Amino acid sequence: MALDTVGIATNSPDTQQPWRELGLKEDEYQRIREILNRRPTSSELAMYSVMWSEHCSYKSSKVHLRQFGEKAPKSDALLVGIGENAGVVDVGQGYAVTFKVESHNHPSFIEPYQGAATGVGGIVRDILTMGARPVAILDPLRFGPADAPDTKRVLPGVIAGIGGYGNCIGVPTVGGEVIFDKSYLGNPLVNALCVGVMKHEDIKLAKASGAGNLVVLFGAKTGGDGIGGVSVLASETFSEKKPTKRPAVQVGDPFTEKVLIECSLEIFKEDLVVGIQDLGGAGLSCATSELASAGTGGMRIELDRVPLRDANLSPEEILMSESQERMCAIVPPAKIDRFLEICKKWDVVATVIGEVTSGEHLEITWHGELIVDVPPRTVAHDGPVYNRPYKRPENQGDLCADAAENLPRPTGEAELAEAILKLISSPNMADKTWITEQYDKYVQGNTVAAGPSDAAVIRIDEESFLGVAVATDCNGRFCKLDPYQGTQLALAEAFRNVAVTGAKPLAITNCLNFGSPEDPGVMWQFAESVRALADGALEMGLPVTGGNVSFYNQTGDVAIVPTPVIGILGVIDDVRKAISYRFTGEKELILLGETLEELSGGEWADGCGHLGGIPPRVNLQKEIVLADFIHAQRDYIAAAHDLSDGGLAVALIEMLLQSKTGATVSIHGDPFMHLFSESSGRILIAVSSEDSNYVVGKAADAGITTTRLGKSGGENLEISGVLSLSMLHLQEANQRTIPALFNA
Amino acid sequence: MRVGVVTFPGTLDDHDAARAVKYAGGEPVSLWHGDTDLKDVAGVILPGGFSYGDYLRCGAIARFSPIMSSIIPAAENGLPVLGICNGFQVLCESHLLPGALTRNVGLHFLCRDQEIEIVNTQSAWSGDFTRGQRITIPLKNGEGSYQCDDKTLQELEENNQVIARYVGINPNGSRNAIAGITNKQGNVVGIMPHPEHAIDALTGPSAAGLAFFTSLVRARV
Repeated sequence: MALDTVGIATNSPDTQQPWRELGLKEDEYQRIREILNRRPTSSELAMYSVMWSEHCSYKSSKVHLRQFGEKAPKSDALLVGIGENAGVVDVGQGYAVTFKVESHNHPSFIEPYQGAATGVGGIVRDILTMGARPVAILDPLRFGPADAPDTKRVLPGVIAGIGGYGNCIGVPTVGGEVIFDKSYLGNPLVNALCVGVMKHEDIKLAKASGAGNLVVLFGAKTGGDGIGGVSVLASETFSEKKPTKRPAVQVGDPFTEKVLIECSLEIFKEDLVVGIQDLGGAGLSCATSELASAGTGGMRIELDRVPLRDANLSPEEILMSESQERMCAIVPPAKIDRFLEICKKWDVVATVIGEVTSGEHLEITWHGELIVDVPPRTVAHDGPVYNRPYKRPENQGDLCADAAENLPRPTGEAELAEAILKLISSPNMADKTWITEQYDKYVQGNTVAAGPSDAAVIRIDEESFLGVAVATDCNGRFCKLDPYQGTQLALAEAFRNVAVTGAKPLAITNCLNFGSPEDPGVMWQFAESVRALADGALEMGLPVTGGNVSFYNQTGDVAIVPTPVIGILGVIDDVRKAISYRFTGEKELILLGETLEELSGGEWADGCGHLGGIPPRVNLQKEIVLADFIHAQRDYIAAAHDLSDGGLAVALIEMLLQSKTGATVSIHGDPFMHLFSESSGRILIAVSSEDSNYVVGKAADAGITTTRLGKSGGENLEISGVLSLSMLHLQEANQRTIPALFNA
Repeated sequence: MRVGVVTFPGTLDDHDAARAVKYAGGEPVSLWHGDTDLKDVAGVILPGGFSYGDYLRCGAIARFSPIMSSIIPAAENGLPVLGICNGFQVLCESHLLPGALTRNVGLHFLCRDQEIEIVNTQSAWSGDFTRGQRITIPLKNGEGSYQCDDKTLQELEENNQVIARYVGINPNGSRNAIAGITNKQGNVVGIMPHPEHAIDALTGPSAAGLAFFTSLVRARV
């Protein structure tokens, strides 16, 4: 079939178009016709269909996400908010930090290595686009049961993909999570968070302004990868000779990305661009329409100038291609020579493909013929908005009534010891060195702390030792039991993980992973979760700087447990003062916070195959008090570790294993409850004996409950009058699980 | 003392190597792969990373870069050269050092704090160590298994050309647990683990790696 131009479209209103195959609803297609006052060309149809997709338009989530703006706390730290590629916060000394987390769940299930690799590549480009040097990557990951055959296919590929890409671009991978749950079988979650650092004056925005400025595409050539739904246009409506159904998963080339990072940073340093956007989801369609929409509106693109890897690509495919490692910059004509010179130095292909115009339309031509003529805002921002029905599921009440607190509990020394060993050798609690060892955590030379520490701590200034701390968290089982409370528990945990390093939490990002928005029960989980996060952010005085929504994480009717991954960024004025969860020498062990009988949704209950009840209470004010206390007393605290999954038992054993020592502790009251409860708002600290009275006194002044557990030392974990376990035995139990499952 | 740090496209640890030179009291000088000018440096570091994406074979393309066409003859005339990780691979591809580096035995990229024992303290880059000294520095590579033929291995051992060996479990299957070697003259050293990431206990497992850099800088002040 011949090229479909604007002229042809105007004169052939009745031509049948494959809007349904491209995922558009009939009313959406009609709306496009109304906007254009004619039928769209095939290129326009392709652009609208990807930009109005759930992934790009947030059409089901928008009405809820508005709360982040409506309830936003006043924050002096926020420099760039939601809507740009990533939010930016002020961390002092003229530095700005940007961070964002995104999902690459579906591609990683289909092709684990490339799905995960390009997930890393995409988030790194989002951060780079803000003008920042990417300085850290964290990967919150969720998989099906650890012993499921498909997990053995997915997990090693995902880990190798993250390492293969991250290690090769020279950005340290310093944290994240690895969690197993049966609901993720068939729906693994691969989220990637990137942190970037820049000076305030270097912040860049995705905006095309200034008529006459040039649109430059630079980086990798455009190929047929990642075209997805648009192959419908290529294979069913157009030439029979074309290859059909191109791969929908993109293929990454980290070497190209590394060169693109250095090339872009050099370009930014010389202030050669007025706007910049990376090419991620929806490729050139997204970049051109978003740049034009955020600017004055007018842009003309000569699509035939785009350098191609495959000369057979149709214009529709070029517009939709999600080929990786590409950027689009708006460059003033006076600066183009220098821009191209820097690209040449780095052997990066750069092509002027168009210019900003004084008009209001995005016009795209193909060998001189007009194939796209649209108001860019209608593509980028005026997509459909759905207020989808939501309803608390019928069985939610039964689920909450079935509390784990009613399960039979282990009693006596032998049963308790067995329960502890089972807990710390469970895949969720087991040592993850086999995974983290595949990531380069040292590159750039600024890593002060990396996983398994509570939060990653990165130095950002070598002279002043200013740094940031970052953590991500979410217990999806808590969110299943109560999406509101579960989300605030995730917020509290991420906050606490940053706080235990002595950093001051500053901003929130999120990656909201849910099932199908067309299921009212899932939509209720989502609505509750967003409401909880907006309320929590307001209460804690922290801005939500951006986020990502991933829907349709479900197999058949069965959705994943709701997984709103929360990322918190904190600032630390001097990384030399950062608190680790490792200590040396004999220390007194003190528990901060109150332990209540809260077992539902926790790791012990999960080990019993139980999910039901009400998740632990959350008190955000208490979290703030704890964080302020740790920061104020950091000179007296030798080590600090957050209590969360697995409660005191896991936190204590982790701290002792890291510190290569045993301990003798006393527990007053029911030992099982105190060891396994997952009450929030608790931190385990290690303090020198001479400082302990002072620290306990200060905690009491702050209104924090303290429990003096005992002292470190020896080769066993002695719980007086209850049990004794050798640290060697505990270590072996903790370390053998993951290698035994995944070593090929 | 001016010490050159080479940047190839895909080099990752050039900034870290420059920092290590500075910590050691030297002046780092950036050298670009496309240039041939060695800028009057008294030593050169080929840092870690994935030069030219490690396409074809690790270090195989870097070996033909313009800067290497200056470094190779200079090294043959005694210029001190330290190749770290990918730099070690480049030195082997350049035939400044014998042998080759192949995939780790476990076939995984490995990043861990690795104990090594310094065997040779006579080279341009290891004079500040004591023989038998054990230090812990980061190891991070996917292709770090040192391989050579029996005759070469025998020569390396007889001529005291082994700079350092892994202690404990051999992490990547290197022959004789070799972590680093030098040429017969002792001016060219290749090492797989990363001393430039161990110059400060704040950001590395120890500060013991710094001695590689002070060995050169102090000897030449």
